[in-house]
This record gives sequence, C-alpha cells and structure tokens, in this order.
Amino acid sequence: MKTVIIKYNAGNIRSVQFALERLGVNGTVTDDHEEIMSADKVIFPGVGEASTAMQYLKERKLDTVIAGLKQPVLGICLGMQLLCRHSEENDTPCIGVFDVDVKRFQSPVENLLKIPQIGWNNITGLHSVVFEHVPENAYMYFVHSYYAALGADTVAITNYVINYSAALQKDNFYAVQFHPEKSAEAGARIIENFLNL
Amino acid sequence: MLTKRIIPCLDIKDGRTVKGINFENIRDAGDPVELGALYASQGADELVFLDITATNERRKTLAELVTDIARHVNIPFTVGGGISSVEDVYVLLQSGADKISVNTSAFKDPALVDRLSREFGSQCIVLAIDTRFEDGDWYVYLNGGRVKTEVKAFDWAKEAVSRGAGEILLTSMNNDGTKKGFALDITGQMAQNLNVPVIASGGAGTMEHFTDVFENAQADAALAASIFHYKEIEIPALKTFLYNKGVNVRF
Repeated sequence: MKTVIIKYNAGNIRSVQFALERLGVNGTVTDDHEEIMSADKVIFPGVGEASTAMQYLKERKLDTVIAGLKQPVLGICLGMQLLCRHSEENDTPCIGVFDVDVKRFQSPVENLLKIPQIGWNNITGLHSVVFEHVPENAYMYFVHSYYAALGADTVAITNYVINYSAALQKDNFYAVQFHPEKSAEAGARIIENFLNL
Repeated sequence: MLTKRIIPCLDIKDGRTVKGINFENIRDAGDPVELGALYASQGADELVFLDITATNERRKTLAELVTDIARHVNIPFTVGGGISSVEDVYVLLQSGADKISVNTSAFKDPALVDRLSREFGSQCIVLAIDTRFEDGDWYVYLNGGRVKTEVKAFDWAKEAVSRGAGEILLTSMNNDGTKKGFALDITGQMAQNLNVPVIASGGAGTMEHFTDVFENAQADAALAASIFHYKEIEIPALKTFLYNKGVNVRF
C-alpha cells in the first residue's frame, strides 16, 4: 500500500508523517501529480492561511489533481477547509468537494470566546467508518480560528459556542478539523481506520 | 466543550531532563522522550520542553531532540528557551514542534512577535512571561527571572497579543516553588481580559490549587513541573479530582 502526504506551503507535515510511522506506515511526502494520483491513500494536511495555500496549490494545478482523486483522501485542519466551497479567510474560493462554507469564529461578547480555539474538545454525532471504535464524545486536539459550517456531509460535530463540522465525508473524501496525529490514541485510531479503508 | 489543559513542563539541558526523577516504569528518567511519552500516556494534554542549555551546540542538539520527541509523543508540545529569531522557530517547527515559546528575546524586540505570527501563525507562538509582584503590581522579569524591568506584566501581555502572540504562559516568581497555589489575581486578570488562552504556571502544590486556578482565575491551562516529576500528584488522579469538582477535563 502506498500512502502519500501532499506537500505544499502549509506546515504540520512532519507530525503526520510521524503519526503514520507510529502505525508502521511509511508516508511519502510529495507534490508530484503522478505519484499522488497513483497512491492508494492520500493525506492532505495543513496548518496555515487559506488564500496563500490555495494560490500555491493552483499554481501547481494540485487543486484539480486533488478534486479528481478517486482513492480515499483524508483532509486535516486547513486541508479540510480547503476541500470546502469557500473560506472567509481572505475571501478564498476553495476546492469545493464539500458543499459547505468556512467561516471565522465570532465571540458573542468581547473576550468570551478565545480565538483561535486551542485545545481538546469532544466530537459527537459520529457516523463515518473512520470513527469505528472511537467512542462518542471522544476528545480531539483542535487549533483553528475558522470552521466549516454544518451541512449534508457533516459526520461529526463539535461545539465552540456554535455547533460546527468536526468532520466531513463525501464519497472517497474524508476530512477532520482536529489533528488526529496529535490526538493521542483516539486520533491514531482514526488514522488507522482511514488507512484500513 | 473545550477542556482545561494539564501541562507537565520538562527542563532540558544538553538533551537530558534536568530534575532528578525516579520513575519505576521507565528505563531512563533523564530521557525527555521517554518521560514525555509517559506523561502523554497518563493523560497529559500537552507538554512543554524548556531548554536551558547554554552551549554553542544547543541549536543542533535541540532540533534533534525535538524530532525525536515528535516521533514518539502523540500529543502537542511546545519548545522554549533561548529562541530569538525566525530561523530558530523555522528549524524547530520543521523538526516537529507544535508551538514555540519566546520570552526575553520578544520583550527586547517586540516586533519579533509580529514577524513570527505572520510567518508561522499566531496559533504556534506562545509568549512566556516571568513576573513578580512588588510595589503594588506585577512586573516583567527577564533572563530567567534575573533581570527586573519597569514594565507591568499585563501591559506587556496585552501588547504581545496585539502583535500576534497566540497564547500566554504566565509564571509567577512569587509563587513558583512555594507549593502554595497559583497567582490567581494576575492569572485571572489576563485570562479574563485577553482574547487568547492563558497557561498558569508557578505554585502548584495540591489538587485544589488546580481547581482554584481554573474556577476562580479562569485559566485555560495549568503547568507544573516538580509535583509531577516527584509524583506528589499523578495526572490520572488529578483529572479525576478535577472532574469530580465539575471542571471540564479530558479523559
């Protein structure tokens, strides 16, 4: 089985690679179209800013490569947001696999809501094969200022003043807002479930 | 619901943990990787590694250590100690650190905070402040608490947040090492008036101290070193205690 991690100008790739390594899987970091398209599993990670990331992907035509993938794809954090339709972060049109928009957290009262959300939050309403053996209300590690709204593709929900999509799934595309690679055993289980698809 | 975080802090010198610790269930208590992984398995929510190495080789040693930690530890971790440039931060993040913390270097060059947050995002830039209460207010101290400044800790924290610091790690020098509890007033002032998470540090001695800092000061996280290293408080027991007191924690 060949697992690739898409290389682009958003950080966090090393952590994903190490998480795979802990599961005994070698993840190849690449931006080569052929290598990505021929992989069995594709991971699209990312920590960073949406518009510069999309620009980088477009310049290398990676946005169309990603949209056309038929094998299981796992988007993580910014990777998930870029798979949505549009991000409020610098008004960025995204890849559009998921028919939801990405918005910025808004504090209802000044300083009530700390932005970014940093830390462990629980996920509920789990209904995807990637959550097999992951208990309802399991805690995952989140670091983000923008969130994907709820929609038809929502397969896990988290609350941070509002309910939003902790995970999305459509056809062969899976995506999580949290960092499974940093979410202890429960996170490792999700990555393992994805690799076993 | 977002949980309150418990963060063990490990001091590192020349790639080894400094405080002498005796754990039966690990082979080498001086090995930061093994100790970090043990804390992670016990339910620590994050780890902080503070490098106090003073030698010229420190950068290379630290980058190698960070890679080793990232390889084996499955929870987020912050690296601090002597970080003073975009290049330093780049190397540590590329090596696998999730966040870095800056202290004296940021105070001396506040624009460093702007540069780091613009380059890497606020979420990975932690501002560490050492503070002491004297003459009626909390003042910033530099160089590991050896150098006093005339700047109030709250003012510096506020400025750093406006420049892009994503989190504040606040250590009260009055409380540190006393085991008489965290500094609730300054922690509360920051936690309630700044729009970023505040990590309280210094003074933890009992489980009640953690309840106090979370409930009364609204700290987002609490950091401690010796009470965990010497097993005066164990993380699973602490979390159960906090849960029973109604504090939202992760299990």
